[in-house]
Amino acid sequence: MIHVKRLVLDVLKPHHPNALEFARAIAETGSDCRVQVTVLEVDEKTETLQVVVTGSDLDFERVHAAIGQYGGSLHSIDEVEVSNVGSDGA
Amino acid sequence: MAPDMLSLERARLWLKLTRSHGIARRYFVVNGFDGALTMLGLIMGFRVSGASDLGLVLNACLGAAIALGVSGVSSAYVSEAAERRKALSELEDAMAKDLGGSAHGRAAHWVPLLIALVNGAAPLLISLFILSPLLLVRAGMVLPWSPLLLALGCAFFSIFLLGVFLGSVSGQHWLRSGLQTLLIALITVGLVLLLE
Repeated sequence: MIHVKRLVLDVLKPHHPNALEFARAIAETGSDCRVQVTVLEVDEKTETLQVVVTGSDLDFERVHAAIGQYGGSLHSIDEVEVSNVGSDGA
Repeated sequence: MAPDMLSLERARLWLKLTRSHGIARRYFVVNGFDGALTMLGLIMGFRVSGASDLGLVLNACLGAAIALGVSGVSSAYVSEAAERRKALSELEDAMAKDLGGSAHGRAAHWVPLLIALVNGAAPLLISLFILSPLLLVRAGMVLPWSPLLLALGCAFFSIFLLGVFLGSVSGQHWLRSGLQTLLIALITVGLVLLLE
């Protein structure tokens, strides 16, 4: 079974909600989801973030929806870590 | 929960996203003060002119209260909707993205309604509180004092409370702020008394 363990995302978002509230919204997408947000650039109305999401089985669609829900725009998926956990094709 | 369903949590988020807490508070105080002073002026005017028909006084005051409420809702909605549309459009330009389906888009739709309700409810509810002695008399209750005097007391009390609320917002001492707004009410009464 394929599990997504880690995502590094390049995200553009409005100033509000702030990085903490934005990270919380993404963290709500999974029970063991850990989110690290780094603000890379601040413009007049927007800011560019590097968002690192880790967890045992991340749901990318939910993470993407949470970003969109708070007005963010996913620019690129910069890194991924995916593992094949124990199904052995059975 | 439906995405557009209005809940307290969502309302809080939308007010936060649009940084409209301060605007709603300002509208509440400004229009609440308008309502209280209008009722004070009307009741004083009736007292000065010696009106004894409580039904006439009550209907005139209720008419003014309803007009203040409707005016508050409509004026705030029209101006806030335009402001929110402009802010959303600027944000969409900066993001190069349609934000209609995001919390920002829903906030632009709902926040003007919320602010309009605050702006309309403040003068209406404060006016109804001030008119409560007259409403009680109309409902058949016997009051120990003149209902007009009691209504004046309610008007002073609500104006004082608005001052106390402003004091708590600004960090000023509540008594000083309450007395300041009370002074404005007394000046209003003094000006109406000049009609005599």
